[in-house]
Amino acid sequence: MVATSRTLSTRVWPLHLVKPTRGLVDEKLKVIVRNLNPRQEVTLRCVHQDVWEGFGHYISDQHGTVTVAKDASMGGTYKGVEAMGLMWSMQPVPGSRKGLRTLSTRVWPLLLVKPTRGLVDEKLKVIVRNLNPRQEVTLRCVHQSEDKDVWEGFGHYISDQHGTVTVAKDASMGGTYKGVEAMGLMWSMQPVPGSRKGLRLRKKHVLSPMVFHISVFDGHITQGFSQLTALATHAVERWYVAPGVQRVYLQEKGVQGTLFIPPGPGPFPGLLDLWGGGGGLVEYRAALLASHGFVSFALEYLSSEEINAPTTDVKYFEAAYQILKSHAMVQKDRLALFGLSFGSTIALSMAAYSKIIKPRCCVCISGSHVNAVQRTLSETFQEIAKNVSKIRVEDGQVIWRDIILPIPADPSMKIDVGQIKCPVLLVNGSDDQNLATVESAEDMERMMEKAGNRHLLQVLTYPGAGHLIEPPYTPHHRTSNFVIGKDKVLMLWGGQAKPHADAQEDSWEKIVAFLQQHLYFTGSQAKL
Amino acid sequence: MFTPVLRFTVHRPCPLLSVHPSRCLVDEKFEVLCQHLLPALQVTLHALLQTEDGDYWEAFGHYLSDAVGSVRVSEDASLGGSYSGVEPMGLLWSMRPVPGSKTGLRLRKKDVFKPTDVNISLYEGHLNEGFKDKHPLASVVAQRWYTAPEVQRVEVKEKGLKGTLFIPPGPGPFPAVLDLWGGGGGLVEYRSALLASRGYVSLSLQYIGLTGDDGKPCIVGNDYFEAAFSILKQHPQVCPDRVAMMGLSFGVSVTLGMAAYSSVIKPKCVVCVSGSHVMPVNGSLADVFDEIKKNVKNSRFDEEQRVIWRDLLLPIPDDSSKKVEMGRIKCPVLLIVGEDDQNWPTSESAEDMKQMMKQAGNSHLLTVLSYPETGHLIEPPYSPHIKASNFILHETRNKVVVLWGGHTVPHSRAQEDSWHKTLTFLEQHLYSNDRVASRSNL
Repeated sequence: MVATSRTLSTRVWPLHLVKPTRGLVDEKLKVIVRNLNPRQEVTLRCVHQDVWEGFGHYISDQHGTVTVAKDASMGGTYKGVEAMGLMWSMQPVPGSRKGLRTLSTRVWPLLLVKPTRGLVDEKLKVIVRNLNPRQEVTLRCVHQSEDKDVWEGFGHYISDQHGTVTVAKDASMGGTYKGVEAMGLMWSMQPVPGSRKGLRLRKKHVLSPMVFHISVFDGHITQGFSQLTALATHAVERWYVAPGVQRVYLQEKGVQGTLFIPPGPGPFPGLLDLWGGGGGLVEYRAALLASHGFVSFALEYLSSEEINAPTTDVKYFEAAYQILKSHAMVQKDRLALFGLSFGSTIALSMAAYSKIIKPRCCVCISGSHVNAVQRTLSETFQEIAKNVSKIRVEDGQVIWRDIILPIPADPSMKIDVGQIKCPVLLVNGSDDQNLATVESAEDMERMMEKAGNRHLLQVLTYPGAGHLIEPPYTPHHRTSNFVIGKDKVLMLWGGQAKPHADAQEDSWEKIVAFLQQHLYFTGSQAKL
Repeated sequence: MFTPVLRFTVHRPCPLLSVHPSRCLVDEKFEVLCQHLLPALQVTLHALLQTEDGDYWEAFGHYLSDAVGSVRVSEDASLGGSYSGVEPMGLLWSMRPVPGSKTGLRLRKKDVFKPTDVNISLYEGHLNEGFKDKHPLASVVAQRWYTAPEVQRVEVKEKGLKGTLFIPPGPGPFPAVLDLWGGGGGLVEYRSALLASRGYVSLSLQYIGLTGDDGKPCIVGNDYFEAAFSILKQHPQVCPDRVAMMGLSFGVSVTLGMAAYSSVIKPKCVVCVSGSHVMPVNGSLADVFDEIKKNVKNSRFDEEQRVIWRDLLLPIPDDSSKKVEMGRIKCPVLLIVGEDDQNWPTSESAEDMKQMMKQAGNSHLLTVLSYPETGHLIEPPYSPHIKASNFILHETRNKVVVLWGGHTVPHSRAQEDSWHKTLTFLEQHLYSNDRVASRSNL
């Protein structure tokens, strides 16, 4: 029996006494709750096999005591002074099948989840055993973010003839994902009903894990999970950092950002990690890359007042690159640039023009070479603002992809990618609604073909994927809130959940392999 | 900013060392991979950990990188070191105290909520010593845990008991295990913590080395264990008809005695590791101690003055009043036996138990796992094999070195195999629905 309070203004330590704890079915139960607050509203609930419930609403007396045999229930499944009301008023919980009689077969399912502590890009193995054969169950994954929003993903399964569900092999028949999806519980996560709109799930404190709870419920449930008791639950930690990864916040020579250093004596290859126009300091991808053996420098270049000075230009990035290059834990000849969105544009620009930045390779996710060259950041933004008429708004969602269309023929409007001397990996989603990345990639190919350096370019284009191609199993956000100056808009990023999830998983594997190939090579493979 | 002169040029190999997964429960495997070495390079992989007592333990293997400059521990053979051959987990189970350590050490975790960080390093060349003075090429951390996230720990003090309860995450209720360690005494929690991480409410009970109200050492009676079993059964998160008992060493004497004679303790199944049924019929722990004390003259010593106690209960008596009547046991029994056990006569006992149950007609309940060249201390997988260690006698407080027996490689295989079979056995009898009576391999 559980006594639950509706509002707690003072924490209580109630003592609930039930007697007898084992009785014959025709014996009376004595139920007393003590040490509540005086006049506290409580609910007493009796549940049987997660399917049947009876409950009564009580108010404690001036001593903070509820005595079921003497006090009146004011509501619930029974009213009035009813010593045994909790039992005889029992009924199937909401959402149950109709016309139930008491279940006689109890299952003791064993929920196996592995690993219980993993990196965010590792696959989870989820198996449920010892169900009834052909039992309908729901597997659900729930997470409370640092902002206290609740996210959930769930799938509907039917156990096989042995009473087993194997997520990697069995098909989900409904829920937030369908089909055989080993990681569907993660990537299909969405805010629970009633949440704020336009949310995006992003970890701020990367040295602590994200905690998920994976549960199995009887039946195919689509809502009201928090009112139900699961058959079993596991807690799973997902980390952005491997053990031993160090985090160092840097503020040097006017440059701000966070360095993540892998465990070990080093020195290691390094990379500069550049996020997009959303600004701020985003650390999680750099933390994860450090877990794969790269000193990763997440750079803050938008949003701080000092940084947004009109003169923030190529010198800021060159200074950041120099800091990375000269760091004791970094191999100065094994450096890369890694960008997303506007960060990709910066990466391409540096790779093409900078005398100081000489990366071994570049990874550019969801980026474009269309950018007024050699300007300060604020000049660049002003240039973009000139095209504000090309911004569309549909159903309250802001679409920016047309801003750079058509791809200009004028070379002074584009980064001269023909000057790039290192391998470049472009990763784009065909349904990118924020930036015309696919068209840009095609134009870059043409330019590099003409310049004779086309062999350096590798393009991964993912159908059905949107703009925000993140590390694997991050939930897909087709839209999310975006702040521009003083305005908050709902930005359309594009993509559909399943193809976008596939794109994130596939591209990450290829990105890490690409970085290892070009930064961890042995001497004999030095020639490109 | 000071820039040290880098020893590496762009043509020097930049090796990548990784361990996957980097965070595991202690009974899970990992993969250690080295890449981007020069081909056919001699390297040493070295594992190092520091215990809560401050001792260092290490293991190492000698490898040769392949044609593409890789070493994969799960597939490549170690050519020497603390282990040899293809041994995916050799870096853990072959660990021993570093040179210069105290003698007779045992590796046992006290705080089960703190992980053990194992440093795995890659060195150039085939090294056998002096690791801490050499500069590794690379180093990573493998973190090993006895507890899954959100396993709860509750101290048990009611009814004069002394123990720790571990509860799995989730609403429950769960099957449960009463977990009894051996004659070393004290409260050993790590096996219970691991069982809870695998879905069982587990009560780790201290029953040796307790002091009574008068401050004097006391030996508990059978009612102590019955109280423990009852507390476990009545716990709101425990399924009362799915409670098992697991014992090691002395814990087996208690487990078999209770299973055969107690009217309170009715386990769904029992697991008996490295123990014996030799004890007076319907006797108690005190009786076992007495029997052993009577025969203490049968102690032997090996060439290193380590004490061998296996003869203290030999020969296995023919007199049936001196042994637990195995025919009275009504639940499945899993016996785990090391054939080189130098501390208890477990092989002989197992053989006798088999005969008794055959005669009584309940041998279908018995499963015996008998491991050649395996010693007494059959611990969770990948724990280092302890052939002998320091032991303090309870009454006299004398320090001896006890020979447990076993040879490292077969003993380590026995630990791995028996643990997985133990989990399968527990799942089969505590989690399965009755209709699924016969199951093939899980």
